[in-house]
Amino acid sequence: MAFKNSIAWYYFSSPKNFYPLAGRLIPWFWGLSVILLVVGLYMSFFVAPTDYKQGESYRIIFIHVPAAWMSMLIYLVMAVYAIIGLAWKLRMAEMMASALAPTGAMFTFLALWTGAFWGKPTWGTYWVWDARLTSELILLFLYIGYISLQSAIDDPRRAARASALLAIVGVINLPVIYWSVKWWNTLHQGASVSPTMEPKMASVMVTAMLVMTFAFWMYTIAVVLMRVRRTVLERESQTSWVKALVGDRVENSSAGEKQ
Amino acid sequence: MSEFFAMGGRGFYVWMSYGVTALFMVVEVIAVARSKKTVLKRLARMVRAEARGNS
Amino acid sequence: MSKINGAGEVNQSSLFAAWRAMVVRDLTLAMRRRADVLTTLFFFIIVVSLFPLGVSPEMAVLREIAPGVIWVAALLASMLSLGRLFSDDYQDGTLEQMLLLPQPLSVLVLAKVLAHWLVSGVPLVLLSPLLGMQLGLGGDAIMLMMLTLLLGTPVLSLIGSVGAALTLGVRGGGVLVSLLVLPLYIPVLIFGTGAVDAATSGMAFEGHLSLLGAFFVLAALLTPLATAAALRISVE
Repeated sequence: MAFKNSIAWYYFSSPKNFYPLAGRLIPWFWGLSVILLVVGLYMSFFVAPTDYKQGESYRIIFIHVPAAWMSMLIYLVMAVYAIIGLAWKLRMAEMMASALAPTGAMFTFLALWTGAFWGKPTWGTYWVWDARLTSELILLFLYIGYISLQSAIDDPRRAARASALLAIVGVINLPVIYWSVKWWNTLHQGASVSPTMEPKMASVMVTAMLVMTFAFWMYTIAVVLMRVRRTVLERESQTSWVKALVGDRVENSSAGEKQ
Repeated sequence: MSEFFAMGGRGFYVWMSYGVTALFMVVEVIAVARSKKTVLKRLARMVRAEARGNS
Repeated sequence: MSKINGAGEVNQSSLFAAWRAMVVRDLTLAMRRRADVLTTLFFFIIVVSLFPLGVSPEMAVLREIAPGVIWVAALLASMLSLGRLFSDDYQDGTLEQMLLLPQPLSVLVLAKVLAHWLVSGVPLVLLSPLLGMQLGLGGDAIMLMMLTLLLGTPVLSLIGSVGAALTLGVRGGGVLVSLLVLPLYIPVLIFGTGAVDAATSGMAFEGHLSLLGAFFVLAALLTPLATAAALRISVE
C-alpha cells in the first residue's frame, strides 16, 4: 500500500518479510484508529447538532454510513488482492484477500443492523425493501458465499484460489446486481431510504462521517494484518523461518520458567 | 448525564446501534488475537516435539 | 478466438468437431439417466404447486405472484441440477483428460453447459405454460414468460457452471453451490419476472427482453472462461 518503491513491494510480497513488517505496523494502525474513533465519536455526539426532523436517532448514521462504505470498499480491495493473487501467483495477496472477508462481512452486517435501528424511529419499520438495504443484504450473501467456500475446501492453496476466483466473479456482478435492484425498486415504487438526507447537510456531519469512516478503515487494516499474520503462521508452518521464530519463543518462555 | 443517554427518547435505537457495533469490533479483535495465540501454541508444541525427537 | 489461432495445431474444424462431440456425449449420457432429468422437473412442478396451498387458492392472488413463483422455482430447479454438470466427469477422471486436450477448455465448457441446459433448462421452459395456467396467467403472459425463461435459463446454467466448478469434490458441495450461485442469479430473476409484470400491467416489456438477451451474451462470453479457470483450480 504505502510502498511506492517496486523493489520494496516485491520484497514484502514474501510472507517471511511481510510477517515482521505487519507486526511493526499493527500498533500504528491501532493508534490511528483509536484517535480517529475518539474524535469521530466526540463529533457525532457533541459537535453535530440535533436534527430538527429526525431528532437524536439520526446520530446512528455516523456509524451506519461508514459501515456501509467500508463493506463495499473491503469487497473491492478483496477482489483486487484476489486478482493480484491469481495473476501473479502471490501467496501474500491470496492471504490478504481471505483475511479481509470476515471484517467485510462484519461491516456489512453492522450496516444492516444499524440501518434497521435507524429506520425504526425514522420510518416506523425495521426493514424496508429499499434499493440500498437490499443491495447491502445481497452483498452480505456474497461475503457469506466467499467465506463458506473457503472454509469448505480443506487444501488451503485450493481454498485461497477458488475463493479468489469467486471474489472476482462477484465484483464483476456487483454493479449489475446493484443496478438491477435499483431498477426493481423504482418499478415497484418501493420506499427509497436515503441516508444523505438534506442536500445542505451540515458540513460538520459530513466531517464526522468521514472521520468515522477513516477510523473504521484504520481498524480494518489493523485487524486484517493481525489475521493475516495468523494465516501466514498456519500456512508457512513447515518453513524454516516460522520454525526458527517459534523456536525462539519456546526458548524464551522456558528460560523464563527456569528463572 | 442521564439526559445524554436518553437521547431525547431515542436512546434504545441509538445505543443498540452503537453498542452492537462496539461489541462486534471488540469481539473480532479478541477472537483474532486468540486464534493467533492458539496457532502459535500448536506450532510451539510441534517444535518442542521435534526437538525432543532429535535429541 | 486468438487463443484458438495461437494454439497452432488446433484448427477450426477440429475445434468444432470436439465441441460437437462433447455436446453429443453429454446428451447421450443424460439420456441414459432420464430419471435425473425427471426428478428436476417434478421438483419444479411440486414447488410451484405448493404455493396455492401455502398462500391462497384465490386466482387473483395467484395471478399476481405467478411470474415470481415460477421463476423462483425455475431458479431452484436449475440450481439443483448443477451437481451433475461436472461431478461424474470429475469422479471418473474424464475431467483431467479434458484439461489435457489441445482444444481450449472454455470451449468444451460451453459445450457441456449447452448440453446441460438442453436437458435441464429446456424442459422447464416447455413445462412452464402448464404451471402458468394453473396459476391463472393469461395466454399472452404465458407466452412472454416462456420467452423470458428461454432467454434466462441459459444464463442460469452458465453462471451456475462457475459455482459447480468451484465446489467440485467439496464436502457439502450441493448446499454450498446454492450460497455461491443464488445471489448471482438475482438480476436474471428481476428482469425475467419484471417483463411479465410489465406486460400484465400494460407497460412496455421489450426493454426487459433485450436486457435478458444482453445478460445471455455477456454470460456466454465471460462465464466459460471463469468456469475453465475454476476447473483448473479444482482439479490441480
